[in-house]
Amino acid sequence: MALSGMRGLSVFISDIRNCQNKEQERLRVDKELGNVRTRFKNEKGLTPYEKKKYVWKMLYIYMLGYDVDFGHMEAVSLISAPKYPEKQVALQSIGTTNMVGYIVTSSLLNENHDFLRLAINTVRNDIIGRNETFQCLALTMVGNIGGREFAESLAPDVQKLLISSSCRPLVRKKAALCLLRLFRKNPDVVNVDGWSDRMAQLLDERDLGVLTSSMSLLVALVSNNHEAYWSCLPKCVKTLERLARNQDIPQEYTYYGIPSPWLQVSVCVCVCNFLLSVISHTFRKRKNEILREVKTMRALQYFPTVEDPNTRRSLFEVLQRILMGTDVVKNVNKNNASHAVLFEALALVMHLDAENEMMSQCVALLGKFIAVREPNIRYLGLENMTRMLMVTDVHDIIKRHQAQIITSLKDPDISIRRRALDLLYGMCDVSNAKDIVEELLQYLSTADFAMREELSLKAAILAEKFAPDLSWYVDVILQLIDKAGDFVSDDIWFRVVQFVTNNEDLQPYAAAKAREYLDKPAIHETMVKVSAYLLGEYSHLLARRPGCSPKEIFSAIHEKLPTVSTTTIPILLSTYAKILMHTQPPDPELQKHVWAIFSKYESCIDVEIQQRAIEYFALSSKGAALMDILAEMPKFPERQSALIKKAEVAEVDTAEQSAIKLRAQQHMTNALVVTDQHSSNGTPQSVGQLSLVKIPSISGDVGSSCQEHTSADQELSQANGTLATVDPQPPSADLLGDLLGPLAIEGLPGAAVLSEPNAVSGLEGVPIPADDAAAIVPVEKDTNSVQPIGNINERFYALCLKDSGVLYEDPNIQIGIKAEWRAQHGRLVLFLGNKNTFPLLSVQALILPPVHLKIELSLVPETIPPRAQVQCPLEVMNLHPSRDVAVLDFSYKCGTSMANVKLRLPAVLNKFLQPITVSAEEFFPQWRSLSGPPLKLQEVVRGVRPLSLIDMANIFTSFQLTVCQGLDPNPNNLIASTTFYSETIRPMLCLIRIETDPTDRTQLRITVASGDPTLTFELMEFIKEQLAGIPTAPRPPAPPAAPGAQPTNPAAPVAQPTNPAALTDPGDLLAGLL
Amino acid sequence: MGIRFILMVNKQGQTRLAQYYEWLTLEERRALEGEIVRKCLARNDQQCSFVEHRNYKIVYRRYASLFFLVGVDNDENELAILEFIHLLVETMDRHFGNVCELDIMFHLEKAHFMLEEMVMNGCIVETSKCNILSPIQLMDKTS
Repeated sequence: MALSGMRGLSVFISDIRNCQNKEQERLRVDKELGNVRTRFKNEKGLTPYEKKKYVWKMLYIYMLGYDVDFGHMEAVSLISAPKYPEKQVALQSIGTTNMVGYIVTSSLLNENHDFLRLAINTVRNDIIGRNETFQCLALTMVGNIGGREFAESLAPDVQKLLISSSCRPLVRKKAALCLLRLFRKNPDVVNVDGWSDRMAQLLDERDLGVLTSSMSLLVALVSNNHEAYWSCLPKCVKTLERLARNQDIPQEYTYYGIPSPWLQVSVCVCVCNFLLSVISHTFRKRKNEILREVKTMRALQYFPTVEDPNTRRSLFEVLQRILMGTDVVKNVNKNNASHAVLFEALALVMHLDAENEMMSQCVALLGKFIAVREPNIRYLGLENMTRMLMVTDVHDIIKRHQAQIITSLKDPDISIRRRALDLLYGMCDVSNAKDIVEELLQYLSTADFAMREELSLKAAILAEKFAPDLSWYVDVILQLIDKAGDFVSDDIWFRVVQFVTNNEDLQPYAAAKAREYLDKPAIHETMVKVSAYLLGEYSHLLARRPGCSPKEIFSAIHEKLPTVSTTTIPILLSTYAKILMHTQPPDPELQKHVWAIFSKYESCIDVEIQQRAIEYFALSSKGAALMDILAEMPKFPERQSALIKKAEVAEVDTAEQSAIKLRAQQHMTNALVVTDQHSSNGTPQSVGQLSLVKIPSISGDVGSSCQEHTSADQELSQANGTLATVDPQPPSADLLGDLLGPLAIEGLPGAAVLSEPNAVSGLEGVPIPADDAAAIVPVEKDTNSVQPIGNINERFYALCLKDSGVLYEDPNIQIGIKAEWRAQHGRLVLFLGNKNTFPLLSVQALILPPVHLKIELSLVPETIPPRAQVQCPLEVMNLHPSRDVAVLDFSYKCGTSMANVKLRLPAVLNKFLQPITVSAEEFFPQWRSLSGPPLKLQEVVRGVRPLSLIDMANIFTSFQLTVCQGLDPNPNNLIASTTFYSETIRPMLCLIRIETDPTDRTQLRITVASGDPTLTFELMEFIKEQLAGIPTAPRPPAPPAAPGAQPTNPAAPVAQPTNPAALTDPGDLLAGLL
Repeated sequence: MGIRFILMVNKQGQTRLAQYYEWLTLEERRALEGEIVRKCLARNDQQCSFVEHRNYKIVYRRYASLFFLVGVDNDENELAILEFIHLLVETMDRHFGNVCELDIMFHLEKAHFMLEEMVMNGCIVETSKCNILSPIQLMDKTS
């Protein structure tokens, strides 16, 4: 057939095959390309057969890796070559022409190619035509490279084919995957009413080809909108049962006795997607991120479960069957196929809220797998253990296999070694860090080059995070540099220098270690750098030890100078200058020697070296001034470990990336804790005093987006003298504050903080904690009774009017909140800040939502590490009008005491309002058309707080009601309008009229009108509550902030910037005054 | 999206068939093929059939002189892909009878047709050898 007749093509292929080298091949290809190009130029003379032949040649050449930049049009034109389907005889020769066109087009072109658009009509005609062959070809091409335009014009036709009863399975299976492509290009084309029912029907399909493709389609649909397809879940389970029990499976679909393992795998993935997408849909996250959250979700019992008891039972039964019934057999193919299903079932069990027994069965199986001889199974065992670690709490059981995993680190296969490394990295915690890190170090000297960089980075991160003590950390890093200097990036040694600089206790130890390494005969240049730096700074601390006189240290370092590159020489010069400075009384001989070196480098071609040499020379002849200039380096402000950042950016595979992020998010870096204690112990003052100055510095952690503001903030507080007077050791306080840096995980959107300078200046430079930015405030002495700080009610009311602030605070924790509202949707972030030096345990946050709100809270970690702040996003959707308030049930264990508070969340009615201005022409007809109850309600209210009209207008503005000036002829009346957003009713205009009596300000007549009776009622009640019952009068609005200040809610008047609210907030005031 | 590409490469590293399910430029393809072929061909029988490369996982299998390399997403089921390769080989075997590298070279179009019946847009469409081969047999008959 196609090629058998194409002699020219066969000849070309064998010519290529006979080429002795790449050069010959290129020549032959160039020749052929020239030939094809000329033939295409005078296209008139080409028969379909020739065209076909040349197009195949092009594909072949392209496959060999040569660019084919012409002839695309010819390939596309083959698609629309004339068809004579009625002539059976012609089917072969002409039919395959189209076939070649379709296949070559999908290989050569991508979806954005212009030529493809030209074919769209032909393709559509083929799809809706009656010829199965063409239908399949067209569906396949669209399924492979169809773009958005195809999605929009073809989706209905493809859907029709998929569910058509007259279509044969061979067309329908392609239609399913074609639709999948179109859906990915534009999800809207499939989200039509009733499609989920159709999908459920499709799952009853007997033909396994159609079922296989439909399952792939369903996997994608479910990830996008699990709710709509929930009815498919029982059918999936049924399908899995049918396969696992081998019921009614045609022989052709059993593979070595296993009923279509691919379909079984696909069904497991689909069920798993149902469970995961509940989370993903709510938070729109990528799968890996979701996986990380599953663990916490389960702890909170938010984990979605299969609710229907029958389905649930069947699913458990069939999974149990797969877990227990998979035996190792001799036949490799059968073994692989059954284990493919087994591993997928394992993954599903991990994500199911399965009984513990099943989970431990899984771990037991994995433990068995990682020790078997068969390398594939070993690899998968390790991989799945790592996955399991991420989603469930199986640390302890997995630790039992630590020895075996460490053995795998020495496996002959790099794929397996990588998995083992990843697993060790994931399972490392304080208890086993020493063992694991030392194992990694040992392995480092024999590890292959491809892994060394990753290995040293991971060892460095683990050492930093889980160091039982800091001297161990220094040991590890120095060993790391010693063993794999080439693979130790600068970040790693910068980091160790930072730690040593910031920890006085560590300095003599580190200096002594550095000195030891210098005695080794050949050391890596990085070691020279780090040793020189450390000895320059701290060698004077060693002065009395043998071999540590300034002179001896100098010569030990200077010995290395000939071996280092120009990047290290400047460091050495600084070290010399520092040694010189520390040598008291001055040693003239040493001085002479060093000066000689300086003057030697004064003419160095490297500018950096030259400059340092000249400057140090000049400085060191000045005597006393040298002391000031070369004084000990100040402590480093702490930031997120550059290593962790790097590890996140580094091109590592996703599983391992997420393991790193998991670490970054869920574990407090232990080394930081150690440092933390060190500095607070090391400083003479009490913790309480220290805390006083932390406030301004903490706001430095808000995130890079607001650095400018931060520095301004700090300047401000410094100018005010707060830092200088209160704290004798600002750097250490700074360190403490900054240590919290990495924990303010994502930083806030810049917009949130923009309003802060106002707040600060409004309070005449008294530093206030940026309450929405860093919810960590002074540490109090630990008390057992947990009393809230500040008035919870007042905090709540303040938050009803603004979008960020403190919701709750007690001596242990501060809960800050930041919200963004858009129509009926809201996104809140809870900032849970642990104020203590010890972790808060058993943290639980549950939302008790009223019926009208749909609220989903994401991960709340069980433990909040010391002085850490975690952010928990919260998605709110307003279903219908109601004044009910959502409650956050928050509890934690702190030491022995258990604290529990129920906090109202400021997701109140007015958050779903958006101001709207109406003109008189719009207002009056509307007002009149809403003629009376229940759409228009009127009520006279007595005993309200007396308010001037201006105050009342301000209150209204703060609730997102637009006060319409001049609409009411009576100046004592007030008219306001707003739009209410909810999921169930369309955006609704609401009109409000307040009539006041100038002689008696305590009584009002309120009229509320809207197109929805419930809304009218609720709004009326809401306004009554607000006018009658607010405990503190909101201050008159400040001049509106700059338009960009709240870009998320452009229409919202910034009636209540944070300053007045902060003033009314006793907690903040207190903190500010401190 | 499951399968990203399927390569058939002989032990000299020459590509005999390449099918991509995501768009890569020619330079990207060349670089990718070069790297993974080098990585996979250097491995021995005692090592597992999976190689991690950039953000792909390569599942590979060797049949005599020919390597079948399938690039998949990281969360794809490796063993299922490994057996899918075998299914592909068995299918070609059924059609050509004792398939060898030359069959694939000189019947490039048939190999493509078969793949086209088995994989679409990176998803598995069909796993029954009968169904995979019937369109090709139909064409053979009419010619």
